[in-house]
Amino acid sequence: MAVVAVKPPVLSIGPLAWIRKNLFSTWYNVGLTLLAIWLLYALLKPAIQWGATEARWGVIEANLTLFMVGQYPRSQIGRVWLTVFVLAGLIGLSWGVWKNAARGFALIALSAGAAFTLIALLYRWDVWTQWLIAEAILLIFYFIGLYLPRGALMAGLAWFLYFPFIFLVIAGSKYIAALPPVPSNLWGGLLLTLLLTVVGNFGALPLGILLALGRRSRLPVIRYFSIGYIELVRGVPLITILYMSAILLPYFLPIDMRPEQVIRAMIGLLMFEAAYQAENVRGGLQAVDRGQYEAAHALGLNGSQTTILIILPQALRMVIPALFNSFISLFKDTSLVALIGLFEIVRIARSILAQTEWLGTHREVFLFAFMIYWVFNLALTYGNRRVEEALGVGKR
Amino acid sequence: MSETNGTQEIIICRDVHKWFDHFHVLKGISLTVQKGEVIVIFGPSGSGKSTFIRCLNRLEEHQKGQIIVDGIELGNDIRNVEKIRQEVGMVFQQFNLFPHLTVIQNITLAPAWVRRTPKEQSHELAMQLLKRVGIPEQADKYPAQLSGGQQQRVAIARALAMQPRIMLFDEPTSALDPEMIKEVLDVMIELAKTGMTIVAVTHEMGFARAVANRMIFFDKGEIVEQGTPQQIFNDPQNDRTKLFLSQILHH
Repeated sequence: MAVVAVKPPVLSIGPLAWIRKNLFSTWYNVGLTLLAIWLLYALLKPAIQWGATEARWGVIEANLTLFMVGQYPRSQIGRVWLTVFVLAGLIGLSWGVWKNAARGFALIALSAGAAFTLIALLYRWDVWTQWLIAEAILLIFYFIGLYLPRGALMAGLAWFLYFPFIFLVIAGSKYIAALPPVPSNLWGGLLLTLLLTVVGNFGALPLGILLALGRRSRLPVIRYFSIGYIELVRGVPLITILYMSAILLPYFLPIDMRPEQVIRAMIGLLMFEAAYQAENVRGGLQAVDRGQYEAAHALGLNGSQTTILIILPQALRMVIPALFNSFISLFKDTSLVALIGLFEIVRIARSILAQTEWLGTHREVFLFAFMIYWVFNLALTYGNRRVEEALGVGKR
Repeated sequence: MSETNGTQEIIICRDVHKWFDHFHVLKGISLTVQKGEVIVIFGPSGSGKSTFIRCLNRLEEHQKGQIIVDGIELGNDIRNVEKIRQEVGMVFQQFNLFPHLTVIQNITLAPAWVRRTPKEQSHELAMQLLKRVGIPEQADKYPAQLSGGQQQRVAIARALAMQPRIMLFDEPTSALDPEMIKEVLDVMIELAKTGMTIVAVTHEMGFARAVANRMIFFDKGEIVEQGTPQQIFNDPQNDRTKLFLSQILHH
């Protein structure tokens, strides 16, 4: 008997057919569609009119550097670019090494870089060269990543070293002539927001994993410490923790050991985030089947080998959506450090409004701050989805 | 098949008891297994047969009595337990493959981390084992991409990669679709014929008839009856054995 391969029916249709089918299929659908279009027009017209004619967007252009780096010395801004270039290189390297899993973020970075280059060219800002260099570095390292032996290990190590590297470059050191110290009260704007986010998230993740494991430990001391820590921190608002670390922490430390305000804020964010990520990770640990422990033990793996090689990789993969959720939350929560006197994006925005030549530009300034957060989170969400697809979260 | 080394006692159980809370699961099991013997344990569900086999590599702890495997007594000393687990392979009803690792990684993981076998060597051994269980072409797939029968064969290869002296099978075919049972049993029969010591909890009477040296009937936490397959199938002594056999053979 001959086997006849039957093709599935073609269900996709063109955009015009889609519009006719979904928007103009009946007389009342036509009515509803027209009504919706009119409503949108009526609502958006004033906003568009304002944006195109009345708004003084010059306030953004004039204060762009302030938005990006705060009071960071203008003579030292090359150091911020250096961290951007290295980041571009790392993203390119990861793309080459991990392919699919990193492709989402690499494409975002590439298109963002291209967009910034174009915008800079359009407004005749001279930073377009820097963005172009970043793009080139990303692509060069992509090709390096494709052929790098032991790529995964190298890329992992490079990311690991990147975080102390940012700090060294941004903060500087009195022992390195090329990098004179920049006191942390001058860090600000997007730079500060991103530094706080990165430290808060990536510092908290290992701590969160340890707390999650501790909460399931058989040793009562470790278990009760973990439970106590998590429940204490989760039980209070972030802002109180920030006040605690900003105001109370210095009282417990001798004068010469008191960390700067930025470092205190980082400690506060990190401690807060660790408790939440511990609970995320615990969710993953509980979802790993008991048979996995048994199979690992039956093969002779000891407790820590079982945890590190078998249980954690599965648990963490399961909670990627929850982890990204926390990342995004914390990114937005960094705006609270404005209340303890740090100049992150929101506080910068408010300080710009105090400039006499830009009085009354609230809408422009806050819309821009709004856009920065939104665009970053959009990128994070897209990258997250691509990571999940590549790792087959929820499928394997 | 065990003439050459039939005198060596590899598993000795003396009066093994176990309770789950107040429920007495194992009520004094005494059993000695010779090296190279193939033992089939069968009995109604809840009879304690799985619990017993899981005590042999201390996935369950017994609370009274003595279990000595390969000359080492199982107790609270975790080093002894880990040593024994390296010598005892186990295959589970639900396969329990590591879903985040490929087939070949599943097999090479324990040799690499527990035995510190060099990478090429463990890889070569893994490929040999995959050929032996008949699926070398699946080496780079993930477990979820395989059928149940293939997964169970990978699980057998994974256990064999540690080059164990004893293999435990805990209802290895119970979770399989009927058409896949044979491919797993064939691997087990081949393994039995190589002289491996096997303790299997299974209701596959074809397997028992083909290779078992001894069959043990468990009921209510006790060994009710044991004997060669011939004795058990043709001339069971105990009424409970007769009843159970009539239930599983005539359906």
